[in-house]
Amino acid sequence: MSIASVTATRDAPVSAILPARGGMLGALSDLFWRRPRFLLVLMLMPPLLWLGVVYIGSLLALLLQSFFSIDEFSGLINRQFTLKTYADLLQPANFDIIVRTVTMAALVTLASIAVAFPIAYYAARYAQGRWKALFYLAVMLPLWSSYLVKVYAWKLILAKEGILTWLLAKLHLLWLLDGWLALPYVGGNSLSVSATGTFIAFVYVWLPFMILPMQAALERVPGNLVEASSDLGASPGQTFRNVLFPLALPGIVAGSIFTFSLTLGDYIVPQIIGTSRLFIGQAVYSQQGTAGNIPLAAAFAVVPIVIMGFYLWGAKRMGAFDAL
Amino acid sequence: MRSDRSQSAPLGLKIAATCGLLFLHLPILLIFIYAFTTEEKSYQWPPPGLTTQWLAVTWNRPDVWEALSLSVRVAAISTLVALILGTLCAAAVSRSRFFGRETVSLLVILPIALPGIITGIALRSAFALTEIPFSFWTIVLGHATFCVVVVYNNAVARFRRTSGSLIEASYDLGADGFQTFRHVVLPNIATALLAGGMLAFALSFDEVIVTTFTAGQQQTLPIWMLEELIRPRQRPVTNVVAMVVVLVTLLPILLAYYLTRDGDQVAGAGK
Repeated sequence: MSIASVTATRDAPVSAILPARGGMLGALSDLFWRRPRFLLVLMLMPPLLWLGVVYIGSLLALLLQSFFSIDEFSGLINRQFTLKTYADLLQPANFDIIVRTVTMAALVTLASIAVAFPIAYYAARYAQGRWKALFYLAVMLPLWSSYLVKVYAWKLILAKEGILTWLLAKLHLLWLLDGWLALPYVGGNSLSVSATGTFIAFVYVWLPFMILPMQAALERVPGNLVEASSDLGASPGQTFRNVLFPLALPGIVAGSIFTFSLTLGDYIVPQIIGTSRLFIGQAVYSQQGTAGNIPLAAAFAVVPIVIMGFYLWGAKRMGAFDAL
Repeated sequence: MRSDRSQSAPLGLKIAATCGLLFLHLPILLIFIYAFTTEEKSYQWPPPGLTTQWLAVTWNRPDVWEALSLSVRVAAISTLVALILGTLCAAAVSRSRFFGRETVSLLVILPIALPGIITGIALRSAFALTEIPFSFWTIVLGHATFCVVVVYNNAVARFRRTSGSLIEASYDLGADGFQTFRHVVLPNIATALLAGGMLAFALSFDEVIVTTFTAGQQQTLPIWMLEELIRPRQRPVTNVVAMVVVLVTLLPILLAYYLTRDGDQVAGAGK
């Protein structure tokens, strides 16, 4: 650098760092550098426009519709503010649907916890190296393989002429199946048209969503805590109840957010495997489709949002989001 | 010392974990057997015989090809939109702190956190209010909305690991913003974007719930399958399609895992 340019630097410190770039792109690049906020706004604009306008806008449109009502005679939508549609939700037929769905979601969540725990615990504490990767893939592949195919697989398994009946016949346990199917509520003509079938398919489809956060939480439990507990004389059961379970709880709650929310909103599983009694998702679908009652469908859809709102609020207080 | 890790698991735990994994995998394997059964009318087990004729029958079905082509086109465009939006969002969130940063992350995750049926009916009621007719683009609109999150998750994790000083060094050496992006940022995040893109593709390719609300008369492959499950026309063809779908979604997942495995991020977590 010559003396002349050093003097020039003193005169004009800004341009001396680097000369201004030529051309449009250069000018733009300089602008981004001088005003990082401008670049930030430019970067955030497209995703926020998409999600904020398209998605949040749609959610608001849904909320708006739930305050409309349908004219029972003409079947036209009356665009005036009313709470009548929400009152309709409390009718016995509709309220039954809500109770049934929430019960199913709770049972599915509990069963997922029970099935997921051994897998997550084994993967977190005992699996190492190659095995750990294998375990991870073994959970990841079912998570990502086609949802419909998974449901379909259970239709094949649970069908009257399917593999489960065949297996039970080989084991001479058909009386057990028949006895179970004869029970009210959980039974039916065959497993593929019973509430039990719906339950099994739900547990299967959402299980990986429970395993992953649970494993993440269990990874953080130091192994020597478990050892200390047994050194101090606790039985494995006591160790589980007083040490492992409380420490894994945030992960379990995080996983239950998925299993609970996904069951609440699903309408494919009960439609393919299950009885003719409706779930919230099916009610939404049939109300907006064949019945053409969009306000009632919208009100039904608000139910899972409200339930999940409370659920998430509770989960946040238990620190579940750190385990996600 | 990690001596505690060297002991082997109790037998009960081993059995329970094995049973759990079998429960996860056997049903999918069953699909592969059913694709070759000679039984046409029922789901009979064990299959009375095995045949490969249904592969050929499925190959010659125009409706399957149409559905497949629509699914691929929708998934490709949704993935492209999700890649752009997700990367922009991830870059903004990870490179700077600003008011409402947490809200942006929540906004991105929301379409996947809420049940699909809510996203579906919300979009449908918005289309109804604004009188937008159903088309290819309404399907893409829905898919791109929930695909953003997988790209975002992968990109954010990679940005977190990429050192900001690399970018500063690039500026110091005289590169402008675009050169820095092209030669420094992009090579660093490329594999994460590829992984996110593939997961987004798989997610869109498989989506059925939102699609039932945003598609008019058009059938994507999952919608085609749903129709077949509710009103079966030719069960063996459904079996073959199910098998192909499993195989087609398997590859991107394995590849995405391979691309991101040495990082701390989890490629597919939080679908």
